[in-house]
Amino acid sequence: MLVADPRTAAAWRSFRQEFADAGPERRREMLRERANQSRTADLHMIGRAGLGHVGGDMSVLDILTTLFFSVLRIDPEKPDWADRDRFVLSKGHTAGALYATLAATGFFATAELDTFAGPLSPLNGHPNRVKVPGVETNTGPLGHGLPISVGMAVAGRLSASSRHVYVVLGDGELQEGSNWEAAMTAGHRRLSNLTAVVDRNRLQQGARTEETNTLDPLDDKFRAFGWDVLEVDGHDHLALHEAFTAPRGERPTCVIANTTKGRGVSFMEDRVEWHHKVPSAEQIVAAEAELAR
Amino acid sequence: MSAPVQELFDCRVAFADELSALAREDERIVAVCNDSVGSSNLVKFQQEFPDRLINVGIAEQDMVGVGAGLALSGYVPFVCGASPFLTGRALEQIKADVAYSRSPVVLCGMSPGMAYGELGPTHHSIEDLSWLRAIAGLDVVVPADPAETRSAVRWAANAARPVFLRVGRFKVPAVTGDRDFTFGAASRLRDGSDVTVVATGTMVSRALEAAEEAAAEGVSVRVLNMSTIAPLDEDAIREAMRDTRAIVTAEEATTTGGLGAAVAAVVVTERTPVPMRMLGVHREFAPTGNTAFLLEHFGLTAGDIRQAAIGLARADV
Repeated sequence: MLVADPRTAAAWRSFRQEFADAGPERRREMLRERANQSRTADLHMIGRAGLGHVGGDMSVLDILTTLFFSVLRIDPEKPDWADRDRFVLSKGHTAGALYATLAATGFFATAELDTFAGPLSPLNGHPNRVKVPGVETNTGPLGHGLPISVGMAVAGRLSASSRHVYVVLGDGELQEGSNWEAAMTAGHRRLSNLTAVVDRNRLQQGARTEETNTLDPLDDKFRAFGWDVLEVDGHDHLALHEAFTAPRGERPTCVIANTTKGRGVSFMEDRVEWHHKVPSAEQIVAAEAELAR
Repeated sequence: MSAPVQELFDCRVAFADELSALAREDERIVAVCNDSVGSSNLVKFQQEFPDRLINVGIAEQDMVGVGAGLALSGYVPFVCGASPFLTGRALEQIKADVAYSRSPVVLCGMSPGMAYGELGPTHHSIEDLSWLRAIAGLDVVVPADPAETRSAVRWAANAARPVFLRVGRFKVPAVTGDRDFTFGAASRLRDGSDVTVVATGTMVSRALEAAEEAAAEGVSVRVLNMSTIAPLDEDAIREAMRDTRAIVTAEEATTTGGLGAAVAAVVVTERTPVPMRMLGVHREFAPTGNTAFLLEHFGLTAGDIRQAAIGLARADV
């Protein structure tokens, strides 16, 4: 099991404090900059490892950054704190994005990112809770995160805890039926302590979601299952922050975050082939330059 | 003179009684089920602990995931469903969410084997032992009677690791006496010097009956109740190989990967293997019939076990 990096954790705490005190423009800039730093770290991880899911990583990083740097009630130095908010990355193939975010939060040393997917690294191609602090459950096969998160939300209710459960789902992943079993349970039990965020980039591994097996109207589907639904620009950090912290009713919340696969790297954006293509060294340099702007 | 009538028990009753007793002592205990409140015998549990019975409806993948989420939040969930659906429908959840994630869930496969007789192969769970034994880090436990079921439920509640418990519906006599379930250890219910019968679940009482009948024919049979299938008590198998000349395994399951295959894997890797017979279902779907008929059809009666044991004892090996 990796251990916390106290210096990064302290920096993360200062960030959270500064964010809390800042006005909207500064807040937006802080999260944008932070997310792009994670994008750059992730590109290097994928380049070194020679594998990864770069398109989905770029797509989800504004969501992850907003959660870890402005929303989640967590303590990277106490990953087992009973009343922490729970975060589950159901689309486990974007582990690179999660690792970059967890390292930046201080759950473990940033230097560990260099081992991503290497022999015996704790940073497996899909996240493992036994090895990586901040990972709540092992994901990878799709359609697993939402049922587990429902169980976590039921547990929160039974314990009368104020902790909140956040789960990030891929949109293609919603073709797995297990999600709808869990969506039904969450609606039936009125789990208002649960927020599901859909990374709606409209691309799956092989093609567009709507050409493969139609998901729209996704908002109506979740509403019909008993959820409150918010739809936001998934790269607008302030809109995400607002959606994640909005006053909650008596139902679970689904935030449909409209995103672009490959976001931030012009030649990757909205291109299906970048699902798990590995960028060359030159492409990484070019991407880094774009992200530094 | 007719034989005394043996009292027979449905292990689900002992299971539910013990679960309720545990729930009274430990508020971490919860039950999760798939519309199986009745068939998992959880009606009383639900009456006593309405908030702690989470019925997700007919949704096994959700059920196991919800169980994992509860376990990862400090609860001790007993996830109950008919074994064919729990293990077949939610196998990937069992692998990823429970075993690989090391979530301390107690998976309770109710009415396993061919307990649902006439309902047919869709409702039989004879593959479960093969499937689950292949999953790393998942303990597979098959109690033989009500007393052992109680004891195993209590053990599982405190095991703090992923467990599969096979809870029988087909009625069996009491065979384990006052022995407590000991995780990972075979229990020697009868000693013998010619042949060892390694039995599990419903087959244990039949193995004891077979041993009694074999004794009358001059063949001495040791009976091991193998209530932990994974990890297997390999020492007990090696002892049997040393002390007796042959091994018979008996299980209400397929022979492609359950108890018989597990025992065989030990036997063939020893320097001097002993002859074996594996009783069970050999990659076949059952015809129509009730459980008693099907056990007879697949050669799983006391008479079949006796015959296998005597055959091996008298074979020129």
